[in-house]
Amino acid sequence: MNINRRKFLKITGVATAALAIKSASDLLNDSDFIGALHAEEAEGIKEGVKWGMLIDLRKCDECKKCVEACRSAHNIPEFNNLKDQVDWIWLIDFEKAFPEQFHKFMREDLENKKVPILCNHCDDAPCVKVCPTKATWKREDGIVMMDYHRCIGCRYCMAACPYGSRSFNWRNPRPYIREINEDFPTRMKGVVEKCNFCAERLREGKQPACVEACDRGAMIFGDLNDENSEIRKKLKEEYAIVRKPAMGTHPNIYYII
Amino acid sequence: MYDADKIGAGIIVFLILVSLPIWYNGVLGAPTAPQPKIATEEKHCIEDVETIRGEHMVILDEWRNKVVRHGEKVYTSKTYGENYEMSIEKTCKKCHPDRKEFCDECHDYAGVKPYCWDCHNYE
Repeated sequence: MNINRRKFLKITGVATAALAIKSASDLLNDSDFIGALHAEEAEGIKEGVKWGMLIDLRKCDECKKCVEACRSAHNIPEFNNLKDQVDWIWLIDFEKAFPEQFHKFMREDLENKKVPILCNHCDDAPCVKVCPTKATWKREDGIVMMDYHRCIGCRYCMAACPYGSRSFNWRNPRPYIREINEDFPTRMKGVVEKCNFCAERLREGKQPACVEACDRGAMIFGDLNDENSEIRKKLKEEYAIVRKPAMGTHPNIYYII
Repeated sequence: MYDADKIGAGIIVFLILVSLPIWYNGVLGAPTAPQPKIATEEKHCIEDVETIRGEHMVILDEWRNKVVRHGEKVYTSKTYGENYEMSIEKTCKKCHPDRKEFCDECHDYAGVKPYCWDCHNYE
């Protein structure tokens, strides 16, 4: 057979293209492969939902039941030492929670008010942007999650968070947990931790532990994408604020003052 | 030959050390194979025994990614087709309540030190 360079290139070119098309179509017809692709989208996370919370400070009487509920649900240690302290939800002065709102002649009740604060699960979360291992990331339902398996303890996220919502485990937290909840893991020395919006409870169709514990109904949890949800209805009626809006992080925890 | 006795003794010591792995078990007794304790009425684990022995770490790794990163909850057994919750605390511990008598038994024998228990409650 007489074959010249041009003909040879043509034949090999066509053959390679045919092979590529064949293997690509094989891959696409492989149901396991397609299945795996869809599984990535996660059955467990509700589609089209964006979780948010509304805290009505007029109803909050600073009883700390939310803090206690969270503490026992998530095995949060107590160190009685500010440097080591780990918190997912806690109370701070109104002035510190809302520095932009505070002035000399505040409404009397707000002046000494303690405000429950937690991770804001920001739309544009700076902690997520800086995490070098993707140990923290934004779920489709709006929760800023932590994967403690991946956290290397670099604390970039702590530096990035304008709300101080994250705590670092300077020491092994186990001996400082009052009573271990066997169903929820603890953390280890060297990882950063924070509120997970009770992802483990949402998966079971429950409300977050803090919301459930609040018997004054000061906390409303719900879907911000659903116009008819309780939280959205309330937000339509009332004037609500978020913490440090100038940071541009778009928090999802709203406060009625 | 100079220092024949020293060299000879050196060679003997060398041979003893090199052959150590061969006769060590014969002299000091072979370690007994681990006997992990299974305290359950259940007839089988989530997969067949061979798969569990060889692949449990792979399965657990898969679980952690599915649960933590994708919010999933249910694992369907490839062997039995039954559904299980992907959780060390809620599933594994039910049949193997004692870590020392179950996990550690083989892990110590094989010399592996998984750090699962730094966070997961399993005593």
